Amino acid sequence: MSATLEATRPAGQKKTFGKSTREVPHHTQKAKKWYPAEDEVQPKKVRKSIRVSTPRPSLTPGTILILLAGRFRGKRVILLKNLSQGVLLVTGPFKVNGVPLRRVNARYVIATSQKVDLSGIDSKKVDEVAGDKYFAREKGDKKKGEEQFFKQGEKAEPSSSRAADQKAVDKALLSTIKKEPLLISYLASSFSLRKGDRPHEMVW
Amino acid sequence: MPSEAGHRLYVKGRHLSYQRGKRNTNPGTSLIQIEGVENTEAANFYLGKKVAFVYRAQREVRGSKIRVIWGKITRPHGNSGVVRAQFRRNLPPKSFGASVRVMLYPSSI
Repeated sequence: MSATLEATRPAGQKKTFGKSTREVPHHTQKAKKWYPAEDEVQPKKVRKSIRVSTPRPSLTPGTILILLAGRFRGKRVILLKNLSQGVLLVTGPFKVNGVPLRRVNARYVIATSQKVDLSGIDSKKVDEVAGDKYFAREKGDKKKGEEQFFKQGEKAEPSSSRAADQKAVDKALLSTIKKEPLLISYLASSFSLRKGDRPHEMVW
Repeated sequence: MPSEAGHRLYVKGRHLSYQRGKRNTNPGTSLIQIEGVENTEAANFYLGKKVAFVYRAQREVRGSKIRVIWGKITRPHGNSGVVRAQFRRNLPPKSFGASVRVMLYPSSI
């Protein structure tokens, strides 16, 4: 027992029994009459740790990906960066196919053999977008009651800073894309399976 | 983009039966034949992929009469490209012959 506990311990009382006085310890300080029948349960130590995920070799920045699920399924996008834990940062570019700067799970993506040169891209901006905080939801003041109720249907305006970031990232990309013939229409078209298509035989 | 472009991002599969012996069926595992898959090598591409059995029901749940039972492909079955799949809830025997959607995710390409 630590010294501090010792000090805070309730003191005993002096009591007189007939002629003599004796110190009677506080009831919390008395020795227990019984040992506990069962051992005290020790909480389990957590032995898990977050393992670093390595992206599959096909997912190098600049690769054109096909999104497989979600709002933009079927769209062809450009991989900008591998984030941690199997998350990818992609862009449409927005002007070409409407896909904004967006994070996607690597498992919901097919990597094609087509690549786009990422040189000249505003890498500072990409790093800023790739940061933890960028896509975090703003914890604004929650409007209560009436006001919030009538605001439900309204869509939030896309913030102008996001739009500016999108433009800054896409600018260099668009100019490199335009250099290669057909690439822009390839990115604008979406992928889908037709009758008789066999994905297991396709060369991506 | 041409307007007749499709939107399908899944491969069609058919629920053949449950895994079974001569007399006993094992409803925990369903056998699925994927379109265009005729051997084990081709079937291996689809291992682990999500499967959805989409059906219509009488009663609306959360504003939709369409319901889904999700599952995943576990392993090939035999040599003819049929695969085994396990669903969160066993598929009803009514679905024998019905088509299921074999998704392309989780992707390893």
